[in-house]
Amino acid sequence: MGSSVAAMGMVSDSKFHVLAVDDSVIDRKLIERLLKTSSFQVTTVDSGSKALEFLGYDPGNNSIPYVSPNHHHHHHHHHHHHHHHLQEVDVNLVITDYCMPGMTGYDLLKKIKGSKALRNIPVVIMSSENVPARINRCLEEGAEEFFLKPVRLSDVNRLKPHMLKTKLKCGKPERTEEDEPDSGSQSQAPEQQHHEQQEQLQSQQVPTPLQDQDQDQLPSVPVLPTPQQEQEQLQLLPPTPPQQSNNNNNNKRKAMEDGLSPDRTRRRYNGITTMV
Amino acid sequence: MLGFGADRLRADMNRLLALLFHQGILDEQFLQLQQLEDESSPNFVSEVVNIYFQESERLLKNLRALLIERELTDYKKMGNHLNQLMGSSSSIGANRVRNVCIAFRANSEQNNRAGCLGTLEVLEHEYCYLKSKLHELFQIEQQRVLGAGVRYPMHQN
Repeated sequence: MGSSVAAMGMVSDSKFHVLAVDDSVIDRKLIERLLKTSSFQVTTVDSGSKALEFLGYDPGNNSIPYVSPNHHHHHHHHHHHHHHHLQEVDVNLVITDYCMPGMTGYDLLKKIKGSKALRNIPVVIMSSENVPARINRCLEEGAEEFFLKPVRLSDVNRLKPHMLKTKLKCGKPERTEEDEPDSGSQSQAPEQQHHEQQEQLQSQQVPTPLQDQDQDQLPSVPVLPTPQQEQEQLQLLPPTPPQQSNNNNNNKRKAMEDGLSPDRTRRRYNGITTMV
Repeated sequence: MLGFGADRLRADMNRLLALLFHQGILDEQFLQLQQLEDESSPNFVSEVVNIYFQESERLLKNLRALLIERELTDYKKMGNHLNQLMGSSSSIGANRVRNVCIAFRANSEQNNRAGCLGTLEVLEHEYCYLKSKLHELFQIEQQRVLGAGVRYPMHQN
């Protein structure tokens, strides 16, 4: 069950490399399969600390100077996904579970975004619980996406644009050299777009395909819940017929099959109530 | 003769799946698992499900052990086990088991020992039923695969 080909430094030129972090064996197996099916190279680890280790995170050395593309390790491949070569391996995206013992996915996100070497790596959070405050916090900290578990292929299909975006970014000059992980200045512009989008979406309850837009702005927008959707979040007692509990999912997924934007992250905001 | 057998097995499998969906034993996520199975990963579903069985039985054992402990029932640990079981059940599409976990967790959060014992019984029952049905499913699938690989001599009649 070896998925650590990248650890040898022999990363294939054409494949994006994703690091998946989850303490659940089953979920690791699932995400690995999902990612491999999408032709990504995959490494899975079971904790945030192992993830940081794999990324070559150096907590003591956060003020490294900008390294030019000419000075890179001999076993790096030719595609320049990053300019920071203190990493042991080249990782194009980190996808992590939120709830993990020890270091949570949020902690891991903060460490990555707070590290000069790693901050350009896109991070995606997964969670089995739909908690809007949690989602907001992660997005504000710099997470690209927030997926509700169980993660589907349609979710994984949203990853590539984030990895491509980073690849393009490498040609641009570095942002300001602040060390603070908190995105005070970072999310000002997107926040304004947040509100604009919110107004737009309130008039149309059905999410529209906004695939191009998603790539440039924060993908998730708070949307007020409709009564129907609140009801769907509130089922507690077994057994529920599968259609009822997944009705929302089915409609969205049909939309996805038709090639429209899945919009799963928007749907996360619809449930203010959570299942207890 | 061979083709007829394979068709019937496939029909059996579909019928069993339809029943399990109808009863809410399984949900759409199980189909997602099946879709992830292909030539490069031909045993994906059974591998995942077997891991699920191992993990679930361990968690169920732990839950029972925690509840037998009358004096200092560790509800926090119980909650952790339940979250794990809930998560993995959700990941394989074990809809009813997951729902019982939710009810169980509610009891645990209220430190309701009697309620917990009751839901544990239900949980164990649901899990056993799920396991037996999934085994049935895999048996049919296995027969189908074996049948597909066997070449029967042609009978002249």
